[in-house]
Amino acid sequence: MTECAKAIRLSGAEIVTVAVRRVNIVDKKKPLLMDYIDPKKITYLPNTAGCFTSDEALRTLRLAREIGGWKLVKLEVLGDKKNLFPDMIETLKSTEVLTKEGFNVMVYCNDDPLMAKRLENVGAAAIMPLAAPIGSGLGILNKINIKIIRSQTKLPLIIDAGLGQASDATIAMELGCDGVLVNTAIAKAKKPFDMAIAFKNAVIAGRQSFLSGRIEKSLMGNPSSPLEGII
Amino acid sequence: MMKKIKKIKIQVNGKISHIKDNSNLQELVNKLKIPIKKVAIELNQEIVDKNKLKKYNLKEKDKIEIVHFIGGG
Repeated sequence: MTECAKAIRLSGAEIVTVAVRRVNIVDKKKPLLMDYIDPKKITYLPNTAGCFTSDEALRTLRLAREIGGWKLVKLEVLGDKKNLFPDMIETLKSTEVLTKEGFNVMVYCNDDPLMAKRLENVGAAAIMPLAAPIGSGLGILNKINIKIIRSQTKLPLIIDAGLGQASDATIAMELGCDGVLVNTAIAKAKKPFDMAIAFKNAVIAGRQSFLSGRIEKSLMGNPSSPLEGII
Repeated sequence: MMKKIKKIKIQVNGKISHIKDNSNLQELVNKLKIPIKKVAIELNQEIVDKNKLKKYNLKEKDKIEIVHFIGGG
């Protein structure tokens, strides 16, 4: 827990996802997350990781709200135990219900622009497409789709899942994303603290690069030194 | 002669627990020393109002879930 808190601090993360689980009523000495990560300093984002149906997800987030009045939540309804892809039918249904109940729902989804639009139409607070399967470390597999989603929405766009190294975060930010959600790439790196710092720098670099406006791509070479006065 | 206290069987977080008859949720939470501000509680799959725990009387076979946040996502 101490290591986790340190990695979060080093990464510069502003939001940390949390899961809802049973309290250990036998071993009272088990540490509580809130004792290590102050919810006043870092935004807790309750999420439904591990839920496979809309009902499970709704139950989890209603409980989360009860713990401390959290309205900002992350919805994740999985459809397949092997590839951990989201079940978008259940996800869409849940987004609509939760929004009507007053939640601000950040939605884990696939990288399908049409589905992203539908989520927005039913009131999603943020679109969180996967880069690649959760924990795969493959990086952003479909940059074009992420670009299309960016161009069609003003909602916060956050790459959720599949990043493997810091440069993946830079690419996400250069595509115009507003942030990245990272766990495995840092937690399972050989040096997690160093990787946390690398991700922080990568996000900053990517954002600055995006805002700076990249040059046009060209198939041919363009001399970078003036030709005038050549001897 | 001492009067024998009747106990009922309930389930807390999946584990069988015995509690004296006519207890309420407040008494259970006190007994388990639960940090109430950091948890949410369900009684038979219905979320309970943490400010009115005394209102919920426990009966045989009740299922109680007490949950909190852990890291993960």
